[in-house]
Amino acid sequence: MGLFSKIRDGLKKTRESMSASVSAMLNSFTKIDESLFEELEELLIMGDVGVETAGRVCEELRRKVKEQGVKDPNDVYDLLRTIVADMLRGGEELKIGTKPSVILVIGVNGVGKTTTIGKLAALLGSQGKKVILGAADTFRAAAIEQLEVWAQRSGAELVKQTQGSDPASVVFDSIAAAKAREADVVICDTAGRLHNKKNLMEELSKISRVIQREAPDADREVLLVLDAATGQNAVSQAREFQSAAEITGIVLTKLDGTPKGGVVLSIREELGLPVKFIGVGEQVDDLQTFDADQFARALFERQEETNETDHSDA
Amino acid sequence: MAFENLSEKLSAAFKRLRSKGKLNESDVKEAMREVRLALLEADVNYKVAKDFVAKVSERAVGNEVMESLTPAQMVIKIVNEELTALMGGGETRLNSPSSPPAVVLFCGLQGSGKTTHAAKLALMLKNQGHRPLLVACDVYRPAAIQQLQVLGSQAGVPVFEQGAGDPVKISREAVKHAKDYGNDFVLIDTAGRLQIDEALMDELRRIKEAVPPTDILLVVDAMTGQEAVNVAKSFHELLDITGVVLTKLDGDARGGAALSVRAVTGRPIKFAGIGEKLSDLEVFHPDRMASRILGMGDVLTLIEDA
Ligand SMILES: Nc1nc2c(ncn2[C@@H]2O[C@H](COP(=O)(O)OP(=O)(O)OP(=O)(O)O)[C@@H](O)[C@H]2O)c(=O)[nH]1
Ligand SMILES: Nc1nc2c(ncn2[C@@H]2O[C@H](COP(=O)(O)OP(=O)(O)OP(=O)(O)O)[C@@H](O)[C@H]2O)c(=O)[nH]1
Ligand SMILES: [Mg+2]
Ligand SMILES: [Mg+2]
Repeated sequence: MGLFSKIRDGLKKTRESMSASVSAMLNSFTKIDESLFEELEELLIMGDVGVETAGRVCEELRRKVKEQGVKDPNDVYDLLRTIVADMLRGGEELKIGTKPSVILVIGVNGVGKTTTIGKLAALLGSQGKKVILGAADTFRAAAIEQLEVWAQRSGAELVKQTQGSDPASVVFDSIAAAKAREADVVICDTAGRLHNKKNLMEELSKISRVIQREAPDADREVLLVLDAATGQNAVSQAREFQSAAEITGIVLTKLDGTPKGGVVLSIREELGLPVKFIGVGEQVDDLQTFDADQFARALFERQEETNETDHSDA
Repeated sequence: MAFENLSEKLSAAFKRLRSKGKLNESDVKEAMREVRLALLEADVNYKVAKDFVAKVSERAVGNEVMESLTPAQMVIKIVNEELTALMGGGETRLNSPSSPPAVVLFCGLQGSGKTTHAAKLALMLKNQGHRPLLVACDVYRPAAIQQLQVLGSQAGVPVFEQGAGDPVKISREAVKHAKDYGNDFVLIDTAGRLQIDEALMDELRRIKEAVPPTDILLVVDAMTGQEAVNVAKSFHELLDITGVVLTKLDGDARGGAALSVRAVTGRPIKFAGIGEKLSDLEVFHPDRMASRILGMGDVLTLIEDA
């Protein structure tokens, strides 16, 4: 099932999604006036877009409406989607050309790092790549066992030590194993950590340095995993993780709920970070490469479009 | 970034208000607009913020405030009072059963902190001299049972599990086990689920029916944004929750979700999670949380020198 049908299933059951309320709002207007922009701004804020970014989106929309002489509120949809998609487009591809390449996965607690790694390993495996998973979350109870299950599911190899050992040393081992076994990609799990904890962020910097030292010529990705239900805190998360371990991209998880995740707009605006993948469920194939147009369409879906998308998505 | 200076924004708004001396309606209106924006940036739900500001405005434009000698100070005080009221009164305890064991069901979205908090509460109860039993009813997530077992052994609390069986049956048998072995608290960990997942939500309903719990605690991540309201509403509608556990408060989230969840369910926040260690659990204090959301240190200082 595609993102569209997953999100739409969610939509059917919730009257409060941003998409549904934008749709209802636009239908209630017969012409485009200032109060339409004001209401839209409110609805964007309800979608976690953030006060500033919501203001900026509306500003851009006003400009486009004026420039193109748009009169019909219904035409606002397309403009809105274009603006949002343009904001989010670019940089979606993973850069993992070297053998091995290294992907480090980081984020706050419980966002979906380990699960995303399992899905990503399966995805890369299906493209014929040999994947090694590094169990560098040595802190959380049964984190290693959890990754072990995902290694089995995805057919990847696992490199692990015992709970409580030094995560940087697990990363070191994983890279060494990748070189020895001629793997294509190493994906390292890390323990969840809140971005305001200095010592834990320093630990990440240390891991980054190990990767830099052990695989200086390798392509490297540092993926920050964000839970789509997170509000404006995601922006502080991105900023702090960025300074500890130069992020190269975002994975937005749990989008199988309602089409939230508006906060990635703020993150793109403020930090310029691209979304690379989205998570749409707990199963092994519930990971998709990010598509800006589709995402914008899901955020602002016309209610009567439900049938149309049924087919295009099948 | 805007989000981090919520209290600065509020302070600024209140400062401007103070500099005016006598207030008219439009001064108050302007200040309330700023309060509303500040709340929104702290992820307080849109409607909750709107209602809140309406309430404060209504009180603030009354004669009593307008004609007082220190009108700005009175407005600030009203904001403080209304916020504390919104957070609920004092602390709330777990419900007591008519006959033991007390059964506490943990539910919530994926990754919110259910398993950790079941174990944290078990440790807290054990330290109070109780004999809790942890129950592994997350039969779906990889290594969820092992996680509970590791945490249980860290807490020195037994864990009841039957592998990947039927959670309804497991919870029923766990309560029976608790009766047989003299456990006075049964703490049931469940799998994370989205509020729109009908099958899994129905599973919770059936566990509730089978057991039935003395407390149903919704576990909410303090970093949740505007979605917190939908989540709380759906879980509450289906299960009639008795309280909320607010987790990950050791971060820098302002916890706007806390206000929203409390406002839409009317149920108290009973516990707060403030770290990953099992001892990182507190009984929730609404007044402290209100201060935290408002960055009240600054605001209270403002009242003092107003
Ligand atoms: N619905 C849904 N659930 C997800 C998704 N991704 C992960 N999850 C669930 O979210 C929960 C947390 O996922 P994990 O992968 O353990 O998260 P983590 O970031 O590794 O957590 P820590 O290591 O504890 O910090 C699990 O119950 C996952 O099944 C998703 O895209 N959709
Ligand atoms: N910093 C911090 N981390 C927490 C807190 N509570 C839980 N965590 C972490 O959050 C992550 C998720 O916690 P779990 O207890 O596994 O969450 P869950 O709701 O059981 O997750 P699922 O079973 O996958 O739905 C883990 O990494 C925990 O260590 C807290 O209060 N503060
Ligand atoms: Mg993990
Ligand atoms: Mg759990």
